[in-house]
Amino acid sequence: MSTEIQQETETTEEQSPEQIREEVAEDLSEKRREQIQEDLESAEKTVQLKVFRYDPEIEGKEEPRFDSFTVPFHRGMTVLDALIYARDRYDSSLTFRHSCRQAVCGSDALFINGQQRLGCKTQMGDLEHPVRIEPLPHQDVVKDLVVDMQHFYDQMHAVEPYFDPDELPDGELEEQHQTPENREKVKLSTRCIWCGACMSSCNIAAGDNEYLGPAAINKAYRFAMDEREGSDRKQERLRIIEQEHGVWRCQTQFSCTEVCPKDIPLTEHIQALKRESIKNNLKFW
Amino acid sequence: MSQSYDRGTVESFGRWLEFKPGMWAWILHKLTGWILVGYLFTHIAVLSTATGVDPAAAAAGNDIYTTTLQSLEELLIVRFLEIGLLTVAVFHILNGIRLLFVDLGLGLDRQDVSFYVSLIMTALITLASLPTFLGGVL
Repeated sequence: MSTEIQQETETTEEQSPEQIREEVAEDLSEKRREQIQEDLESAEKTVQLKVFRYDPEIEGKEEPRFDSFTVPFHRGMTVLDALIYARDRYDSSLTFRHSCRQAVCGSDALFINGQQRLGCKTQMGDLEHPVRIEPLPHQDVVKDLVVDMQHFYDQMHAVEPYFDPDELPDGELEEQHQTPENREKVKLSTRCIWCGACMSSCNIAAGDNEYLGPAAINKAYRFAMDEREGSDRKQERLRIIEQEHGVWRCQTQFSCTEVCPKDIPLTEHIQALKRESIKNNLKFW
Repeated sequence: MSQSYDRGTVESFGRWLEFKPGMWAWILHKLTGWILVGYLFTHIAVLSTATGVDPAAAAAGNDIYTTTLQSLEELLIVRFLEIGLLTVAVFHILNGIRLLFVDLGLGLDRQDVSFYVSLIMTALITLASLPTFLGGVL
């Protein structure tokens, strides 16, 4: 965008680089204002966004605040669409993660009107206005709506989330067959997109930093319940999930299940692993 | 996860209105549980003052236990406290049954309904108990 403007601006030799920059900024903001005005006037309806802003690296912006943006509304508009409009037209420094825009990549889990939701999967029309958009709670904010996901990824990796069968099928081109019943059992748990909404909503994870969290336990469920992995591997998996900060921390508040954008029955999977763990340790002697 | 800045309303306790049924069930279960623990100790403390034999009362055909309980029942506040205790205990029992089903993996997709059912049943049982308790029948 900056290159476009440079071409349009007439520069003379007397102007210092700062002056040029100021002029460019003014020109740009003037153009943007006109564009926004045009958009808002042509739109049938407009919506208000209240977006959490925070930038520790810029002087004067270290204090968290809320910025309001008025955005032209159209049918089918998602929260992500509105944010993209606000960034492109109002403030290019507005920062948020997004990628696929179709609830597959899991980048844009946000705290929208008091609930963890995916920006791309939430319709603006379904929300109360003004729409309040904040970064995920219980995670450190890097900038604006971007949170530090490292802890979440650490917990995910802690359950060794990869398929690891005891033995490989005979022929090189043979597939790892799974029974339809077994597939059905783990089907919902495979939907996880690592967005971190569940972890953010979980009260226990907020208080216990070592708790694996719903997403990681769901991953553990996906592999522990997979019959193609051998019994030795299952024992190892159960050892991970039944440790002190594993499944037993869950107090069935159902917050994770409520917010999961992929409708994974997380609490159900955690409870199933609790029972699995008991069955595994129960001895009649 | 320590945070060096104020997230404002994001993590404030003022957001309790946004809690979902599962969270309410959890909070009420904890609360009623602690009330029952508190009651248990009070119960033992009060009743331990009513043991032993008072010869005078025994001669009149009354023992200390009965006299203590009768004098307690005469206080209106005690009758209201009894209603409160019943409400707390009934909810704790019903939600405890709900949690048993949750642990068994039964009806987890209907957990909000079962929470509402336990609330409604608690209210009905409390209402039904009102004449008995307010009448102060011992």
